[in-house]
Amino acid sequence: MSTQTAFDRTRPLGKDDLARLVAADIPPGSYLNLGIGQPTRVADFLEPGSGVVLHTENGMLGVGPQAYGDDIDPDLINAGKIPVTETPGAAYFHHADSFAMMRGGHLDVCVLGAFQVSFDGDLANWHTGASNAIPAVGGAMDLAIGAKEVFVLMTLFSKDGSPKLVPKCTYPLTGVACVSRVYTDCGVFVLTDHGVVARETYGMSRDDLADRLRIRFREG
Amino acid sequence: MATVVRDADEAVAGIVDGSTVLIGGFGTAGQPIELIDALIRGGAKDLIVVNNNAGNGRVGLAALLANGQVRKIVCSFPRQADSYVFDELYRSGKVELELVPQGNLAERMRAAGAGIGAFFSPTGVGTPLAEGKESRTIDGRDYLLEYPIEGDVALIKAFRTDTLGNLVYRKTARNFGPVMATAAKITAVQVSEVVQPGGIDPEVVITPGIFVDRIVKIVGVSPLPETGAAG
Repeated sequence: MSTQTAFDRTRPLGKDDLARLVAADIPPGSYLNLGIGQPTRVADFLEPGSGVVLHTENGMLGVGPQAYGDDIDPDLINAGKIPVTETPGAAYFHHADSFAMMRGGHLDVCVLGAFQVSFDGDLANWHTGASNAIPAVGGAMDLAIGAKEVFVLMTLFSKDGSPKLVPKCTYPLTGVACVSRVYTDCGVFVLTDHGVVARETYGMSRDDLADRLRIRFREG
Repeated sequence: MATVVRDADEAVAGIVDGSTVLIGGFGTAGQPIELIDALIRGGAKDLIVVNNNAGNGRVGLAALLANGQVRKIVCSFPRQADSYVFDELYRSGKVELELVPQGNLAERMRAAGAGIGAFFSPTGVGTPLAEGKESRTIDGRDYLLEYPIEGDVALIKAFRTDTLGNLVYRKTARNFGPVMATAAKITAVQVSEVVQPGGIDPEVVITPGIFVDRIVKIVGVSPLPETGAAG
C-alpha cells in the first residue's frame, strides 16, 4: 500500500507527487470523498482498476473526470461546482442521503485540506478566525467526523514558516480528534492515540522536523 | 393535491413579508431561477431564505438579495468566487447570516418534513458552531441538539413531473430538492416537462406528489451565471 520508495526523499514533494502519494495509499475499492482544491487532484492519480468510487457531497457516487467543452452539463457538478462526468455505475441521490453516507460512517476515506492539524488530530480548515472573514463551512464538519479515515493533504509550513501540524490549533476547529493521517510536502505523519509517527520525510531529516515542529515523534 | 399553474407568478402567489423560503439548488445546479424571478416581481420583503449558498453572479438568489428582499440567509457556504452581491450586503450589515454545516442543514429540513421534533447530530461538536447548543453524550459519543427548519414555502427545480406532482430530477441538480419539498407548507416546483399520470414509471419517482403543491413548466433554458469556485 505504501509507495515510500517511489519518491526522492532528499527534497520536499511537489504538488503532483504529493497527490500521487495520497492516491497510492487509498485502499482499493474504497468509497472516497475529496475536498475542494488540492485534494481533488488525488483523483488524477488513482490507479485505473483500483475500484475506488468517488463521492461528492452534492449527491453523487461514481464521479468521473472534469468535463470540458461539449461535455459540460450544468446539472452535473462536483462539490467545488466544477463540471464533471459520470462513470458507469454512478448513482445520484439527495442531500440528506448524501450526508447520511458521511455522518453515518459509510465513507471509507476523505481527503481534506487544512489550515492546521493538532497532534491529537483536531482539524481546523474552515475559518481563519479573522474578524472581517465571511465564514463558510460547507460539508467540512460533517466529513471530518463522519468518514472512517480522515486524511489531510497540506503544506507542512505556512507562508510565514510556522508549522501547520501543531500541539493545539489556534484557528477555529472543524472537528475534534478526527484526523488519522497528514500528508505534507515535507513528510507523512500518522496520528495515533499514543503520539505522532513520522512515517517518512522529504527534504528534511526526522530530527530536524521534530525540532521545527517541537515534537517528539513516536517510533512507528 | 398538486396543481399545474399558468406561470411562475401564480406558482409563488401568496408569499408574504417575513416568510421562510426554502430555495433549492447547489450553486446554480437545481436553482429555480424563474421561480426566484417571480418572487422578485412579487416583492415580498423581510424573507428568511434557506439555501446551500448565498447566490452566484447577479441572477436568481443573488438578484433576490440585491433587491433587498432578504433579511436573513440560512446556508452552509456563502463565500464563493462569485458571491459578491451577498458579500457586500453582509459586510454592510444589511443581511443576517446563520451558518449551518451542510449535513445539518439537510437533516434539519428532513426532520421538519418527517415530523421529528429535534435530533442529536455529532457534526460541529467542539467547534464554534456548537456554541449555545444543548449537548448530550450517547454511548460515549458527544452530540448537539439540532432543531428542524420548516419553510412557509419551498421553491425547487425538477426535470419532469406528471400532473400529480410525482417528480424526477436530473443528475446533481437533485441536491436539496427532495428534502425541501417535504419541509414546507407549500412546495412550488419548476420543471422542463409535464406528462400525464402514467407517463412516469412509479419505480423511478424521487419525490412523490403528496409533497408537491404547485407545478409550473418553464420553457427554454435558464440564464446561467459563470461557474463559481468552491462549495
